[in-house]
Amino acid sequence: MAVTAPAKVATPLDVERIRRDFPILAKTVHGKPLVYLDNASTSQKPRQVIDAMSSVFEEHNANIHRGVYEFSERTTAAFEGAREKVAKLINAPQGREVIFCRNATEGLNLVMHTWGREHVGAGDVVVTTVLEHHSNFVPWQQLAKQAGAELVVVDIDAEGRLRRDQYAAAMAKRPKLVAITHTSNGLGVITPAKELIAEAHAAGAIVVVDAAQSVPHSRVDVQDLGCDFLAFSGHKMLAPPGSGVVWGRAELLERMSPFMYGGDMISRVTVAKTSWNDLPWKFEAGTSAFVDAIGLGAAVDYLQAVGLDRIHEHEQALVAYALPRLQAIPGVTLFGPKDTTDRVGVISFAIAGIHAHDVAQIFDSEGLCVRAGHHCNQPLMERLGTAATTRASFYLYNTFAEVDALVAAIGKAKQVFKV
Amino acid sequence: MDDFYREFILDHYKNPHNFGELADATHRYHDTNPLCGDEITMFLKIGAGDRVEDVSFSGKGCAISQASASILTDEVRGKTLDELKAIDRAHVIENLGITLTPARVKCALLSLKALKGSAWGLHEWPGEEAKTS
Repeated sequence: MAVTAPAKVATPLDVERIRRDFPILAKTVHGKPLVYLDNASTSQKPRQVIDAMSSVFEEHNANIHRGVYEFSERTTAAFEGAREKVAKLINAPQGREVIFCRNATEGLNLVMHTWGREHVGAGDVVVTTVLEHHSNFVPWQQLAKQAGAELVVVDIDAEGRLRRDQYAAAMAKRPKLVAITHTSNGLGVITPAKELIAEAHAAGAIVVVDAAQSVPHSRVDVQDLGCDFLAFSGHKMLAPPGSGVVWGRAELLERMSPFMYGGDMISRVTVAKTSWNDLPWKFEAGTSAFVDAIGLGAAVDYLQAVGLDRIHEHEQALVAYALPRLQAIPGVTLFGPKDTTDRVGVISFAIAGIHAHDVAQIFDSEGLCVRAGHHCNQPLMERLGTAATTRASFYLYNTFAEVDALVAAIGKAKQVFKV
Repeated sequence: MDDFYREFILDHYKNPHNFGELADATHRYHDTNPLCGDEITMFLKIGAGDRVEDVSFSGKGCAISQASASILTDEVRGKTLDELKAIDRAHVIENLGITLTPARVKCALLSLKALKGSAWGLHEWPGEEAKTS
């Protein structure tokens, strides 16, 4: 099975050239070319990111913020430079609002444990949605439980889009905090986050946005969105695991207590008391995963050089190519929107008579990597009336021929299961 | 792949033996595989001499988990509770007769976990994460 794009399909990207930057894409699996369609789970890494990280280890590795010597200063500059790159990427007003953490999950937990615990009390209302990944659901569910607050979960319609009537009704309850996804990892739906945030603010709430599936695939501007906190994971955007970000508005971060205590987050420690470091370091206790953050900086450079708008356009073209081909297969049910409006390159589906795990195993034998299961989306799966789906998710290096390979692999699965 | 999804595994998956709820069960145990959401409830009717008079299972999941449960329940009628408690994992995997990847071993063993849970008269697997929700 070839992995080159048929010339007839239009895309703004030179995908073949991009693919050459990713060493892993030349690998084979079970003797077949690797077809990597599990990008919503984690992305592959370009040579530029791998090299940026190797060069720290080989050329100037030393701990950040501590040494008064050349290598420490160079590493610190690279780490803080990565912060500035991330700040520009999301149009943060200030670099000190960008807090490095392990991943979106840790960033969301930071907000839950600090702002959440300080402001959400008995009788208050917290709003989230059935679309959320567990990372933006369980923290708020547990916060509400611990605080004696009410958790309101906004439902979706048949296409997987948020029920705006229910959201408006939830806002009428004057919530303290609203936690919404920017893009669903299970269905690929892009939520109207800007409007939802404005409605939440009008109701007096603080808004936390899970941008783990939007920042890697589109241009995200925190000032345009108007949110209060926004979290995402580096590993889904060409960077290494361990490079996560939570952004928050400085005036909120300034007033929040630290999340974790330890080194680097203090300004002065005596036996009797401790005062906190300035932003962002107040929230970065202990030695940060600084090489991972530097890798994230290189990934941001790479994504901006290709162009996030063009990446989004390419993924839209892949979805437009895939949807009718998948819908034409008897027994295949697609979950989520059936067109390309307000969605990213995530396609969840089921094949009648074959469990998602069996689908993924047969795909693996064909060299295809997809996710099978509940995608850390159990409330959503329950809402959809299924325990598991098979999910194919695209990125800038995926080709139209790989979509053909997906279609062929579904045929193979149906043949094995005789359905 | 045709080796993996052998005919008899697909037969058990599509037409599972001992499938459904046992109305007069004396023992029952429900378990899930949190990775994929597979579910199995095992029902036992234990009679004189602590022997299995009847058995059934219900649930939903992949071919491996459902075939494993179908094959396992075929074997347990007439066995004593102590004999059920002694069934080992290797036996259940041998029943399937295929090489399982690590991710799929859990699918194959869900039925055994449910069977043992019911044989021991458990309601909740000991040592699992605290139920906080």
